[in-house]
Amino acid sequence: EETRGATPVDFLQQLPSYQSALRRRATAGTQERRSAPQDPAELRAAEGHGPQQEGDEVAARPAREHPLTIAEKRRLRYCQQADIKYLSGWKQWKRTSSKSLKKVLGEVKELSSYLELWRHDIHSIEGKFGTGIQSYFSFLRFLVLLNFIIFILMFSLVTLPSIISKYGMFNSSFAKIPPKNIEPHCTVYEPSGNKGLVYFYTYLKDLLSGTGFLEVTVLFYGYYTIDAEWISIQKYNLPLAYLLATFGYLALSLVWIIKRSVGGFKQNLVHNKDPFQSYCNKVFAGWDFCITDPNAARLKHRSLQYELQTDLEEERLKRKIADRTMKEKLRIYSLRIFINIIVIAVLSGCFYSIYRATVFSQENSNVSIRHDVRRDSANLLVQYLPSMVITLANFIAPQIFSFLIRFEDYSPAFEIRLTLMRCVFVRLANIGVLLFSLWSQISYCTTDKCNACGYNYELYPCWESEVGQEMYKLMIFDFIIILAVILFVDFPRKLLVTHCSCKPVQWCGLQEFGISDNVLEIIYGQTICWIGTFFSPLLPAIATIKYFIIFYIKKISLIHTRKPAARPIRASSSNFFFLVVLLIGLILAFIPLGISIAHIPSSKACGPFRNFDTSWAVVPHTIDGFPTGLRQVLYGIASEAFAVPFFMVICLIMFYFIALAGAHKRVVEQLREQLVMVRFDPLFCSPKV
Amino acid sequence: AYKRFSELLPKEERENACSARVPKSQILTLPELRANPFQHRICRVFSTSGDGDDSMSFEDFLDMLSVFSDSATSDVKSHYAFRIFDFDDDGTLDRKDLEKLVNCLTGQGEESRLSNAEMEQLIQNILEESDIDKDGTINLSEFQHVVSRSPDFARYGVLQ
Repeated sequence: EETRGATPVDFLQQLPSYQSALRRRATAGTQERRSAPQDPAELRAAEGHGPQQEGDEVAARPAREHPLTIAEKRRLRYCQQADIKYLSGWKQWKRTSSKSLKKVLGEVKELSSYLELWRHDIHSIEGKFGTGIQSYFSFLRFLVLLNFIIFILMFSLVTLPSIISKYGMFNSSFAKIPPKNIEPHCTVYEPSGNKGLVYFYTYLKDLLSGTGFLEVTVLFYGYYTIDAEWISIQKYNLPLAYLLATFGYLALSLVWIIKRSVGGFKQNLVHNKDPFQSYCNKVFAGWDFCITDPNAARLKHRSLQYELQTDLEEERLKRKIADRTMKEKLRIYSLRIFINIIVIAVLSGCFYSIYRATVFSQENSNVSIRHDVRRDSANLLVQYLPSMVITLANFIAPQIFSFLIRFEDYSPAFEIRLTLMRCVFVRLANIGVLLFSLWSQISYCTTDKCNACGYNYELYPCWESEVGQEMYKLMIFDFIIILAVILFVDFPRKLLVTHCSCKPVQWCGLQEFGISDNVLEIIYGQTICWIGTFFSPLLPAIATIKYFIIFYIKKISLIHTRKPAARPIRASSSNFFFLVVLLIGLILAFIPLGISIAHIPSSKACGPFRNFDTSWAVVPHTIDGFPTGLRQVLYGIASEAFAVPFFMVICLIMFYFIALAGAHKRVVEQLREQLVMVRFDPLFCSPKV
Repeated sequence: AYKRFSELLPKEERENACSARVPKSQILTLPELRANPFQHRICRVFSTSGDGDDSMSFEDFLDMLSVFSDSATSDVKSHYAFRIFDFDDDGTLDRKDLEKLVNCLTGQGEESRLSNAEMEQLIQNILEESDIDKDGTINLSEFQHVVSRSPDFARYGVLQ
């Protein structure tokens, strides 16, 4: 048995996956071939190798990594220490220093894990509810950190210098660059911060809708009226800093998300390429050893049973689908096309209603400046109409989708994925439609004077602040809805279920913690934050506080009012899924920002880009101020002569990696076949000891 | 860890907890093991007692904790997982072992077991996926190979 197990080990060790694991371990400090002493006989073999290690320049594996009992580990450590006598002084020093270095690194890692935010909370959630729900909360923690870093970036690069120079600290002043070639009527902007006595109600209204006194604060784009400022002797180009900070936070988010998702991507690639791992994964790694509560254990048993049965059923279903006749296939495909048409109709309905709601809200709300009397009757409801319509659409559309998909006769796993994709699309496209309708309002121009400015200067003298206000309202409303649902739906439901024992109430029961719904909710909020930060630099701070509070509220709601899901989503694939959807949200956020920065003329009455045609124009303007050589280089990089060869080189590199992956796959297949043959080959079967 | 171990002993033996052995019934009262379907196998695997009563000394207890901790390598974890899943202690996972394993996972009780046809299908799938040399059993190397590519193994096999 032992020897037969030995030869396949050699082949397994030639597999590419094992080689890369070895390489990884090698960089961690040991380069010895993996040996798993399984009994005292092999241990003696390991001991025998002791004096021979003089030739190796490597450190031995720490005793911890051997799967032996403590008594045997003591013997191994004694042997290893005995070896040291055989080594020269230099090698001895290397070995002891690498050992102590590893120890120090381990302790530093342990200490740094104490600094992690909410470590204990997330650990306890994992213990009670499993790793699927825990992944939601660690995702939430990631977003809190991301938003905080974005806020620090924007604050230090944009807000802080403005405040410093406005209040004249550090001997600073600002240089007003006179506007050139701009029609005077475009530059009229008088935001009415509350002058005089106002009711308290107005303050509340302004707080919730971002108008009034909030509009002139540092919260919105319109505050930043400085062109360039002098802090002591250094000139600080604020418009450039504003633009670069925007690009910076987008790039930072992109890099961070990609870094986090790379690990999950590798596993997903392996997972999907070989459809083989799913059963082994579920059976060998299915039991969550963190579970301490017998109720949770019972639920886990049930969910495992359910999961295994569903997978087996799905396999049977796949076989059935493969056996379908032509007539049945035709019927199913035509049904699917019909249902997809219905889905598109539902989506168009949502988009159209959002468009109309936005137009209505803009026409009837008190825009900051109007030449006529400020309308006091424009109430909060009209202001929040787009947000309400979007939330309603985000709630209704998924219900419709999950109802429709039952008719499409897909396999259960594909059903879930397709419904999720449709929900994601609805949520993110809704924001896009809102922005599009805002822009159509802003750039609606009929008169010549209006065309000279490039945007509707009468209604929107400072249109970036308007967009910022809409984003602000969306975010506040989203937060209010989450709070309201938990307070007014979850807790009463729990009270009802515990105290009322009539049949229909008990049948309804407690709600499960729907991981995907909750994740889509916070991704939606995060997309709003990314789009809105350009127009409202303090929005990330609001987002940080919002997610911070949501963490605690969701945790309390989870513990008190939810029952664990019967079909748990697996932690590894769900982490990757969350990050992919977040990435989609980020890329979708690039589009409106790109259009605002590069295409729509910036408002001439407010903001740091008053003197430029568009916000982007500040970059070519700065480059023109560079020395000639640098300018030539930068123009060269942006030209086609550089871009096309660069693109071709990237394609070549990609093809190389694809070919490498294909070659590895062929090697794996060959080795696998060899393994099967080796069993019967008399050459390899050495006589048993 | 020493404190938790000594709590398991009856009062009079707590002074020399280092050399005492805790009977299996006491070990099973630990919260981590209480809800674990593999509790008996875990005790059997980690216990070094010669008389087969599965009692654990302090060193066995430490062994168990170290294998289940964050800092154990996946080699060690998969090695011990293999021994835990090997119900008949013959060094390989054959069909009977897999059947008992699946029954442990789905819960005790008649209604929570898979039907015979489902069990057959499941075991067939598992062997297809992991039995590389096609001998009908899973040995340690095959098990470690399969588990090293399993994304959930590292997450789930950790105790606090």
